[in-house]
Amino acid sequence: METHAPLIDIRNVVKHFGSVIALSGVSLTVNRGEVMCLLGDNGAGKSTLIKTLAGVHKPTSGEFLVDGQHVTFTSPRDALDAGIATVYQDLAMIPLMSVTRNFFMGREPVKGFWPFRYVDFDYCDEVTREEMHRIGIDVRDPNQAVGTLSGGERQCVAIARAVYFGAKVLILDEPTSALGVAQTSMVLKYIHQVRQKGLGVIFITHNVRHAYAVGDRFTVLNRGKTLGTYTKSGIQIEELQNLMAGGKELQAVSAELGGMV
Amino acid sequence: MTDVSQPTADVTTASAAPVSRARDERLKEASFLTKTMRRPELGALAGLILVTIFFLSTADASMFTLAGMMNVLTPASQLGILAIAAALLMIGGEFDLSIGSMVAFAGLIFGSFLILTGWPLLLAIAATFAVAALLGGLNGQIVIRTRLPSFIVTLAFLFILRGLSLVGLKWATGGSTQMRGIGEQAGEGLVREIFSGTALEGLFSWLAAHDVIAKFPNGTPTVTGVPVSIIWFILVAVVATWLLLRTKAGNWIFASGGDPNAARNSGVPVDRVKTALFMLTACAAALVAILTVLDAGSTDSRRGFQKEFEAIIAAVIGGSLLTGGYGSAIGAFFGAIIFGMVSIGLTYTRFDSDWFQVFLGAMLLLAVLFNNYIRRKVTGER
Repeated sequence: METHAPLIDIRNVVKHFGSVIALSGVSLTVNRGEVMCLLGDNGAGKSTLIKTLAGVHKPTSGEFLVDGQHVTFTSPRDALDAGIATVYQDLAMIPLMSVTRNFFMGREPVKGFWPFRYVDFDYCDEVTREEMHRIGIDVRDPNQAVGTLSGGERQCVAIARAVYFGAKVLILDEPTSALGVAQTSMVLKYIHQVRQKGLGVIFITHNVRHAYAVGDRFTVLNRGKTLGTYTKSGIQIEELQNLMAGGKELQAVSAELGGMV
Repeated sequence: MTDVSQPTADVTTASAAPVSRARDERLKEASFLTKTMRRPELGALAGLILVTIFFLSTADASMFTLAGMMNVLTPASQLGILAIAAALLMIGGEFDLSIGSMVAFAGLIFGSFLILTGWPLLLAIAATFAVAALLGGLNGQIVIRTRLPSFIVTLAFLFILRGLSLVGLKWATGGSTQMRGIGEQAGEGLVREIFSGTALEGLFSWLAAHDVIAKFPNGTPTVTGVPVSIIWFILVAVVATWLLLRTKAGNWIFASGGDPNAARNSGVPVDRVKTALFMLTACAAALVAILTVLDAGSTDSRRGFQKEFEAIIAAVIGGSLLTGGYGSAIGAFFGAIIFGMVSIGLTYTRFDSDWFQVFLGAMLLLAVLFNNYIRRKVTGER
């Protein structure tokens, strides 16, 4: 019964866009109940890697295993069906639509027979209210527009949606980068909850503090390559920061500024 | 529970559960106004009430008789069918400026199927819808594949279809820009009755016989029935509203217009939704063409002239945002009625009916400002 194969196992994934080498051999594993932080500065290849995992891009070469099985995704739908849900930073929710409509977008439960098939919005409202309550967001009315929610709440709703629809792996693309302190801690707390449910989380960020707060393991990406994977016990936050920024230059700057960076 | 003399410990334990429910109820009550404000068609409904009050106080009383209302509603219904389709497309994030020309072009092909090929009415109607859907699909595919704004692509089709209608009419009739004899060629029968003339005649004679509505001295009612275009208008509004608010497709339309990327990420087939909407608008244009051509018995190249703008204006008055993702079919329904009311209503007043355009522009401007305000309210953006 117990399977020890990681949820996601990618080996030597390479992705070229014409003459541009975006990923030149990236390896990464994600286990159940684990938050794997993917760290890297701008241009390190984080976005390309997520989009490859999410089925948007096809890797040029390399192996991709889900639950120990080799897979090839041709569309985001394939990834979703395999239980890999991606929550993009700004592109997760539609502000003009209600919380319910956003929650069930693309997976509306229908009733009745064709051509009179309709969406059971009462049930949808019920589920949305319940799920929001579960993650501690006080949705006054599930029919209110998502635009009225705060940035942190929106991220949480997007994550809750992915969890509700049976995701095994969550890919969170910089979920905290546009948020204030209180909002960030709300999202981080929720990520912790998701981990406890046994899901695997890939948490992409360039904020080492946020990563260190919830991460179990850290993979640092630089110039399309993995610099290495570290467990929380095996690395200090300062080392991680230096590694991510490419080491020496930042140390120099940091010394100049009196250790502020 | 209501006994105030109960020990305090009991009260606190008993109130523990109802606390959240009580709060819920309070919020539900408070949100009634917000709920109303959130309806996109609110502005159009308010506009309709204002316009009605205006004409009640300035227009001749005959405007608000049954015959007067039919006069107002007939042009409103023809525009409204287009406006509702335009509203759906706008909510889906696209425009179609070619619907007016599509009315003329569909009129031409409908007439040609009847007169040149001699097909029976039902087949000609089906073929007209098929050709319109094909052209709408072409519009959609060009927009999707080139990623050009639909504004410019359909502007091209505005001219292409108008030009084709002219050239085609001249070719089909040997030099005339009008094709006559369609009414005779269409013949009589059930299909004809569905697409032209009036409906509910029995009801109206019954109402006249019982003195509910006005009648001539010989007993026939002054209004013999409801023009079928009005029935179609109501039917289209009901189906479109149901589609938009209660079905999967409706949710996909809102999503496609609201944010195509987010929609795609959630598994909504945005391109398919948009193509279907373009086909739908073209079919709405074909329906209007068939209804008006059968009533007039002929078609000409100016049919549907500038209807694309009027339809978009009616949709905007109805609360649809130009940026997509928000709007309503029932709003466009009211928008079209406002339109019909003002254009026809002015002839019942002492005002010069050329005030119509001034009024229209002002109405449009007001509606856009109002919509923008509402959108900020809804999304909480500043």
